[in-house]
Amino acid sequence: MRGEPIYECPEALTDTPLRYCPGCTHGIAHRLVAETIDQLGVRDRTVAVASVGCSVYAYEYFNTDSVQAAHGRAPAVATGIKRVRPDAVVFTYQGDGDLAAIGLGEVLQAATRAENITVIFINNGVFGMTRGQMAPTTLLGQKTTTTPAGRTVAEAGFPLDVCRILDQIDGVAYLSRETAIDPKHVMRAQKAVRKAFQAQLDGLGFSLVEILSTCPHCWHMSPIEALEHVRTEVIARYPLKVFRDPYAEKPSADSGATRTE
Amino acid sequence: MEGNEAVAEGAIAGGCRAFFGYPITPQSQIPEYMSWRMPQVGGIYLQAESEVAAINMVYGAAAAGARVMTSSSSPGISLMQEGLSYMLGAEITGVVVDIARGGPGLGNIGAAQSDYWITTRGAGHGDGSTLVLAPYSVQELHDITAESFELSERFRLPVTVLGDAYLGQMREPCLLRPVGDAPLARQLGWTVGGGLEGRDRHIVNSLWTNLEVMEQMNLRMADRLARAKAELTRWEEYGAPEPEIVLCAYGIMARVCETVVDWCLERGIAAKLFRPISLVPFPDQAIRSLAGRAKHCLVVELSLGQFIEDIRLSVQGLCPVSHYGRTGGVVCTPEDVLDHVVEILGR
Repeated sequence: MRGEPIYECPEALTDTPLRYCPGCTHGIAHRLVAETIDQLGVRDRTVAVASVGCSVYAYEYFNTDSVQAAHGRAPAVATGIKRVRPDAVVFTYQGDGDLAAIGLGEVLQAATRAENITVIFINNGVFGMTRGQMAPTTLLGQKTTTTPAGRTVAEAGFPLDVCRILDQIDGVAYLSRETAIDPKHVMRAQKAVRKAFQAQLDGLGFSLVEILSTCPHCWHMSPIEALEHVRTEVIARYPLKVFRDPYAEKPSADSGATRTE
Repeated sequence: MEGNEAVAEGAIAGGCRAFFGYPITPQSQIPEYMSWRMPQVGGIYLQAESEVAAINMVYGAAAAGARVMTSSSSPGISLMQEGLSYMLGAEITGVVVDIARGGPGLGNIGAAQSDYWITTRGAGHGDGSTLVLAPYSVQELHDITAESFELSERFRLPVTVLGDAYLGQMREPCLLRPVGDAPLARQLGWTVGGGLEGRDRHIVNSLWTNLEVMEQMNLRMADRLARAKAELTRWEEYGAPEPEIVLCAYGIMARVCETVVDWCLERGIAAKLFRPISLVPFPDQAIRSLAGRAKHCLVVELSLGQFIEDIRLSVQGLCPVSHYGRTGGVVCTPEDVLDHVVEILGR
């Protein structure tokens, strides 16, 4: 006997098959964003800004108006949209090659302006679409196609922690680093995405959720190994943390605390 | 009124209600003017962190249905090429004003016309071009900027208004067009963010991985440029009805050459000025027709030879084409140009 469905495709996702590789958590992140849009009832006034990289096709997946931006420029494009459409819900969806490398300036300046947009930042530590070159977020020792012996400080400097930089900027209303490696973390990530969008709806300023993601293909790991790599190695370098939360019940005690996993 | 201010008032009269800019001499008066004027007319002004960001804000605002403008000068225009290419690829609108200066590199703040190639030979990478209009007076800066927004929408192409340091900073009387009410953004058949009720979602995008689809997109743009050639091609002629020598100049050098033509006529030299107002589309048939009846075309420009290429291509060898230009911000005087005319004609 058929009952009520407990699991459906969000209205804010199209039925286009995702092109992401097996084991990549882009798909989960897409779903989190789409569910949030549905829950908030804002699909008809949401504009997605797709970036360059693996998520370039976001405009095909999100069932909303969409603009595809140049590499790294999504926050500037989103700014243009939001300034002339203040009632629109505008979010960018950017990888680390896009946001932390070529687009670092745009995201920092948008945050500084307290631009009332939401950024979903997918950090898998490599340039995924171009087959795994070093990104600013690549871990020390990590082998990529452009750090074949592993990233060293001498050659390439230190991994870039975007959230720690953004945490110093006054215009940031909501800021959190999450991951999607298991159901518990997916549920936490969904709350973060929801709060980030809510901050925009409430006009509080810039909001960003970093989601530590996987790239089994470029990491030369199985999907299971990739998830474990995030759990053991990536989180050690980029601790999960709610940096800023205007909706926290006890802002002084919990919101700034690093979660221990 | 100063030329830069006339640009800003022209934009407002043309319905522009969103401006994203970045300071650079000799055009900083445009963002300065817009910063206090736009709020007065219900528009928005934002100083971007870079020219790269400014043009991408223009891209976003245009995608959301705004009549939107940015302005810059030569080094800044170089940085805007990326965004312009995306705007072409995404088939959206917008106006870019280039108050050009000497270069290459940081150059100087003198008047130059050496941005001819960067503005007329496409906009960034790829197979397309913005429309390019070249005013030669403060009044024309005003009128052409005002009109650019409608033209951009009519042809679904960004419009570049090409001026220079002299035009931007000189003062002349200017009859201002009326400023009417205009919305911050409109919902057009392709714009985003206006609410999804009653329509399909809109996607503004320049990614076409299917080669044939990409080709079709480029051909569609070529069709719009061809339509613009039929509907928008503009030029002016001044001087002898049947010239023995045609002076070819645009922008500030056309002002100088008007004087030269007057001097030539006083000396009994049948000279004529050919002044393209639209550089893209280029009035090739007009100059070809003149060249077929003249003995010589003298191209006068503030560069070592960029504009002359379009004249040569148009004239197709019907008469000799020679060049006189200064560069690096140095301006040709009427006396210099007259000397060249006399030398060419042997009298």
